Amino acid sequence: MAAHKPRLAVFKFASCDGCQLQLLEAGDRLLELAERVEIDHFLEASSRVVPGPYDVGLVEGSITTADDAERIREIRRQCRFLVSIGACATAGGIQALRNWQRVDDFVGAVYATPAYIQTLATSTGIAEHVPVDFELRGCPVDRGQLLELLSAVLWGRKPHVPGHCVCVECKARGTVCVAVAKGIACLGPVTQAGCHALCPSHDRECFGCFGPSESPNLVSLTGFYERGGASRAALVRLVRSFNGHAPAFRAESDRLEGNE
Amino acid sequence: MTMASPWPTASHIDPWQTHSTRIAAIADETEGVRSYRLRFDDAAVGDAFRFAAGQFNMLYVPGVGEAAISISSDPEDVGTLTHTVRAVGNVTDALARLTVGDQVFVRGPFGTPWPVDRVMDRDVVFVAGGLGLASQRSAILRAALPGTCRHATVLHGAKRPGELLYTGEYDAWRRAGVTVATIVDEGGPAWNGRCGLVTALLDDAIDDPARTTVLCCGPDPMMVGVAEKAIDMGVSIDAIFLSLERTMACAAAHCGLCQFGPLFVCRDGPVLRYDRIGLLMKVPRL
Amino acid sequence: MQPPPIHSWHWLDASDLQAVIDALRGEGRRVIGPKVADGAVILGDLVSVAELPTGWLDEQDGGSYRLRQDPAAGSFDHVVGPHSLKNFLFPARETLVSFAREDGVWHEQAAAPPAAPLAVLGVRGCDLAALRIQDRVFLGNGFVDEAYRSRRERLFLVAVNCRRAVATCFCHSTGCGPAVEAGFDLALTEVDGRFACEVGSEEGARVLSEAGIVDAPLSTDEAETVRRVPHDLASRMHARQATDGVPRPRSLDTHGIRDLLMANPEHPRWDDVATRCLSCTNCTLVCPTCFCASVQEVTDLTGDHVDRERQWASCFSLDHSRMHGQPTRSTTSSRYRQWLTHKFAGWIDQFGTSGCTGCGRCITWCPVGIDVTEEIAAIRATDGVTVAREEASS
Ligand SMILES: Cc1cc2nc3c(=O)[nH]c(=O)nc-3n(C[C@H](O)[C@H](O)[C@H](O)COP(=O)(O)OP(=O)(O)OC[C@H]3O[C@@H](n4cnc5c(N)ncnc54)[C@H](O)[C@@H]3O)c2cc1C
Ligand code: SF4
Ligand code: SF4
Ligand code: SF4
Repeated sequence: MAAHKPRLAVFKFASCDGCQLQLLEAGDRLLELAERVEIDHFLEASSRVVPGPYDVGLVEGSITTADDAERIREIRRQCRFLVSIGACATAGGIQALRNWQRVDDFVGAVYATPAYIQTLATSTGIAEHVPVDFELRGCPVDRGQLLELLSAVLWGRKPHVPGHCVCVECKARGTVCVAVAKGIACLGPVTQAGCHALCPSHDRECFGCFGPSESPNLVSLTGFYERGGASRAALVRLVRSFNGHAPAFRAESDRLEGNE
Repeated sequence: MTMASPWPTASHIDPWQTHSTRIAAIADETEGVRSYRLRFDDAAVGDAFRFAAGQFNMLYVPGVGEAAISISSDPEDVGTLTHTVRAVGNVTDALARLTVGDQVFVRGPFGTPWPVDRVMDRDVVFVAGGLGLASQRSAILRAALPGTCRHATVLHGAKRPGELLYTGEYDAWRRAGVTVATIVDEGGPAWNGRCGLVTALLDDAIDDPARTTVLCCGPDPMMVGVAEKAIDMGVSIDAIFLSLERTMACAAAHCGLCQFGPLFVCRDGPVLRYDRIGLLMKVPRL
Repeated sequence: MQPPPIHSWHWLDASDLQAVIDALRGEGRRVIGPKVADGAVILGDLVSVAELPTGWLDEQDGGSYRLRQDPAAGSFDHVVGPHSLKNFLFPARETLVSFAREDGVWHEQAAAPPAAPLAVLGVRGCDLAALRIQDRVFLGNGFVDEAYRSRRERLFLVAVNCRRAVATCFCHSTGCGPAVEAGFDLALTEVDGRFACEVGSEEGARVLSEAGIVDAPLSTDEAETVRRVPHDLASRMHARQATDGVPRPRSLDTHGIRDLLMANPEHPRWDDVATRCLSCTNCTLVCPTCFCASVQEVTDLTGDHVDRERQWASCFSLDHSRMHGQPTRSTTSSRYRQWLTHKFAGWIDQFGTSGCTGCGRCITWCPVGIDVTEEIAAIRATDGVTVAREEASS
């Protein structure tokens, strides 16, 4: 371990702050963390800001403006180990739905003076702009995984963040499969684990919050749901949400729409 | 149904039983490779800990994890164990951060040994690619003793001369009558030895194939190359033994991770006779 | 009271069954049994016979499970659901050992005291077969898994003879059911709203007398009729007749199955199934005999306390075969081959028995309905066909 306390910084781009809240609401474990690291930049928690460089940087949010694209480069320079956290930072987030539309049309429809709005045509994840050392998925990220990542970095070991799918968590907690027992189109078999099967354990389908799993076979899954009566439009909506712009999900919703 | 212990209670082996040891000495072998001499905290445990050449231990760094590592020391050296480890990831990097006096937990020994006690009238050819020599060192020390075998040869290949392992010991092995030959992929200007694949050394090493036993450890494709060449030269398929590597969590044929076809590398191996695995080794992605 | 002799038969009604549950709970056991939850018959904590799925039937097929009510259905006319004994004897996560650091020195912590002994009600022939298989894995291979052993040795089993099968059942092909022959403490056969109970062990006899049931023996004729119940079902399954209108049960030709699969590692069917298979792990996790696991370090931020936690693993995940940072079984095709070949062939080499009991869980709970019996039949039909090999060795 380094002689000095490792320095942690948390940054935000286009996002809802939900991932940062996972850290803020960690209670006792946040206090434990504060004993182990110097939290030098975390505007959501404190206005105390100590300038970089930092040992570990957590980045929430997606890149949607030219300024952001510049700011993330500077942050990369300041952080030894950079982690993108959440669906926005890893895949562009729900706001990446704009990537399928013309942003100028939205700007024209929403703002009185469209000329004041400076925005990129797309919402993209951090790794599309700078190299990232670790991507922590989720909408929001799972607090347990976030703390696991931080303790692994602190104690010099490999973090345990598996790439397998949500079904593993359903089976581990004994949740009855909603796809098999209720015929509900569930994204669990192609979505990375991390949520502890939150939705299936509440009788709802998985919405893909943690993005594509390590080897997703979307064509087979949506084909099975389609044969079971699901409409293509519904399947496109299912696949194209929080992580809709992640490559595997993006390719599938495009394929379902016949754009591929 | 409830059971009145149909399995032996006193003599069963609990694979999770760990032993605390301290690092007694560290030797830098090659870049990124160090040998750790471990001494058991409890001397009685150390005295009772016996292994055969070719077996391995699970080394545990608390909070980091476990790795399967061959025992490289002489089985007769009771009370201490030597492990030669390359730092490549989670556990092995953590080991590399430790110093003399630090604590390491050991469970073992596990797996099948090299058949060095069944080669009295035979020529034994050890073939090691890179760090594979670490799994053979204890067997080489046995083979160097008078009466163990007719003749022992060590063929060691590495990427670069600096990666040849245990170079400081070759003279001692040679004095004990062991032939040692080395070869590297890329020699560089200072190297005046041979360049090429370790299989090229077999030609000079095997002169009586019917009385030769080949013991090989290294990357899978290299081992297949050695075994096939030895067979071509006339060595019997059941006189060729390979030591396989697979990732494992328990070392007790419970976790299933090390399965190689129907074999558990931890229990049925790591040392396996080529007639049992030759076909399996040619199946892609098994 | 004198306990009844082993292999004696006794009539129980629902209140007697309740008395058995009470007796088991009374001696500190956790009683597990079938109950309806979340649209399926699961295994959960059972206090009362009123919680049993009386009047419920399940219909199962590839990727599909539905419950329906049927006034004629008894308490055990459903068959196996998503859970099995594995969930309790080899739980999805458990701490194997803990270590704590005091003054810079790590100590292995004393093991936690064992949990309450289990009693499981409603165990089928295929479940008992799966238990025998897991016993070989965890107890009979030279190493003993203490955690499993502690639960296993104290396990009390109330088995049930099936009188109904669903379309995913094929225990008649594997020889694992539907009749329960041995390995239980008590076995029930449901007949006209009553339960004919066979005593299978001294422990079973003791619990029965504890529950106050000793003198309601079956007549010889009655016992004969009751014994025929599962055998009649077996005949219907062999004839592949549907029971009560559901699709007919599957079947599997197990003849020479080990050699068949071992000889076909490069059969084109592996690539074919890989276009359908999701590598989602469900089949392996619901399978009552699959035993793969990984061990994770669970640390706190202080780093002074570590639990070594065993978690279910699956040959369908990339971590299962990761070596030098790369998965050896990098394709779904190679992973499906591992699952099927291990279960139906390699298992025979490893444990002297097939790994499959014919319970059908992997077929039902596969989200896309992939069917092991169909995949094996396809390979058998084209035994020896290979795809061109694109590389010499992995
Ligand atoms: C029977 C047996 C005997 C052995 N004997 C020895 C021995 O004597 N000496 C020895 O040094 N080794 C030996 N090994 C090998 C040793 O077990 C492994 O090197 C060790 O387990 C690695 O563990 P680790 O935690 O250090 O690395 P891990 O973190 O598990 O990583 C292993 C490898 O994967 C790579 N890697 C890990 N994660 C990733 C990722 N996400 N992306 C890309 N790459 C990744 C690492 O760089 C490394 O190359 C033996 C193995 C067996 C089975
Ligand atoms: S409910 Fe969804 S996530 Fe859970 S097992 Fe079924 S398909 Fe997988
Ligand atoms: S392979 Fe399928 S049918 Fe056979 S025991 Fe496992 S889950 Fe049951
Ligand atoms: S066979 Fe079915 S359950 Fe098994 S991994 Fe493939 S898709 Fe999942």
